[in-house]
Amino acid sequence: MKISESLFVAENICLAPIDHEKDAEIESRWTHDAEYMRLLSLEPALPLSAAQLKKRYEKIEKEQDEKKNLFYFTVRMRPDDRLVGFARLYWIEWSNAGGFVQLGIGDPNDRQHGYGTQVLRLLLRYAFDELNLYRLTALIPEYNPLALHLFSKAGFVEEVRRRKALNRDGRRWDLLHLGILHEEWDALQAGPK
Amino acid sequence: MVNGEKINRESNTMEKDLFRGELVKLVVDEPQTVTESFSRWVRDTEYWRLANSNPVRAFSSKAVKDWLEKNPENERGDQFIFSIRTLQDDLLIGDVGLDGVLWSHGDAFVGIGIGDREYWGRGYGRDAMRLILRYAFSELNMERVSLNVFAYNLRAIHSYEKSGFVHEGLARGVLRRDGSRYDLVFMGILREEWLDQNPDG
Amino acid sequence: MNGNLFRGELVRLTAEEPELLGKTFSSWDRDSEFRRLLDDEPPCLWSAKKIKEWFEKDSYEGDESGLSFCIRTLQEDCLIGFIGLWDIEWSHGDAEVGIGIGDRERWGKGYGTDAMRVILRYGFTELNLERITLGVFGYNGRAIRSYEKAGFTVEGRMRQALYRDGSRVDIVFMGILRHEWQALNGERRED
Repeated sequence: MKISESLFVAENICLAPIDHEKDAEIESRWTHDAEYMRLLSLEPALPLSAAQLKKRYEKIEKEQDEKKNLFYFTVRMRPDDRLVGFARLYWIEWSNAGGFVQLGIGDPNDRQHGYGTQVLRLLLRYAFDELNLYRLTALIPEYNPLALHLFSKAGFVEEVRRRKALNRDGRRWDLLHLGILHEEWDALQAGPK
Repeated sequence: MVNGEKINRESNTMEKDLFRGELVKLVVDEPQTVTESFSRWVRDTEYWRLANSNPVRAFSSKAVKDWLEKNPENERGDQFIFSIRTLQDDLLIGDVGLDGVLWSHGDAFVGIGIGDREYWGRGYGRDAMRLILRYAFSELNMERVSLNVFAYNLRAIHSYEKSGFVHEGLARGVLRRDGSRYDLVFMGILREEWLDQNPDG
Repeated sequence: MNGNLFRGELVRLTAEEPELLGKTFSSWDRDSEFRRLLDDEPPCLWSAKKIKEWFEKDSYEGDESGLSFCIRTLQEDCLIGFIGLWDIEWSHGDAEVGIGIGDRERWGKGYGTDAMRVILRYGFTELNLERITLGVFGYNGRAIRSYEKAGFTVEGRMRQALYRDGSRVDIVFMGILRHEWQALNGERRED
């Protein structure tokens, strides 16, 4: 039993709720970075206003409340709670105990400090120790090597390669499905650090 | 080999009937027409479990009709669903469609279900798949079509292979039924692969 | 992966808050020359409040048929206009582009042309369109020249479709094809 070990706190970052007042403006800035949008989403990249984001936050919390197959978190720095990203477990199918995972660090200056690793570690623990899921999937485009590396390091394996499923900047790219099973995560926890 | 005119590239004429195959045709029916058949099919739990990952439930006819009416097909820009009817008897035997269309990338997921078990394993599904692929590539101008199928649905996997889909991997243990876990198989067909197999369009 | 999709040399594309849009658009609309160059509708002077409410409506985001942006200068970060791709016919790979520079101080200085270059790149490398269309009024010579510089060719005219100030004027239709844009941008033709 690791009840005393926080599900939401890691060394430098924590998983936190949405701050409807403050977060939208910060996230709006991130959405103006086309690279960030293209790394995260398959939809055509589009900057969003704070007003649009506030609406999205409401939809997220409504969905979380009603459908119960979404767990959405903001990622904030410790100790000042500065917003640096988001993380989510989504499209959860309870009868099959499976779901999808995604995270994003908005400002490039906040990337490559190990925060993504910490977020993913918290998410996996939440998914496996709290939600008791059997497996998780991450959808990652071929052109996002940093994410591919981050998830592989955490124990995900390439399961599906949808060939030329994406089209950006004049060429086609594969879309990868990376997966991890609960038992694999358990083994990694047990093994040497 | 399909009914209708081949595309005449020189004179730029259109394919005559996009929705007619050799055994089946694709139609869009009114909700009340399909409700009776759909209600019957969803009570066939084998059919449901071949097609759906969410749990089997006992749906009333009213619930089916309400669902059909609430999701008016083709009103959403990323969904194209058709009923499958036999050419011979105009019998409604299933449905087929494209959804999850990612327009800027030119990719869509295809799904097909033959609810009437009399028509399993007789080429009807393949004919419908041929039509929907032609629709995807010649009318929607997709770059590829994707699908996923449960590993235990061997008949379907075999049919998709014959239709030209290539295996792209599998998500392990996605489905849990009858005490065992099953993989979800992913397959895809690229535009160029479809063109190679269908040189006349 | 091009991370500068939203940036040009003089401008960048943005999303703005409804309150600012209300105030700004309402003030630009009072310049009737701006409205009559942009729109065939008789200019109507909407309040900032009405415009703000229109932008706040749910239908504004995720409109299936259009993707729109505002334009800010890179140097001073000034909001000067808007641009977007509308009526996207996905299966045919065609869309219509529309642009308006509300701040007349910025007319004729290359801002519009730069914004147009950015949106063309967006249309061809993010939406993967096959062609982009636009309609422009015959009396808008400055715009026509700007569009030609951006690579558009005149494709046809709706003759005498507009009637203003006692004269009949054509609406001119222009278009640019994917391979024409690629050639302009020195790219190899994609196979």
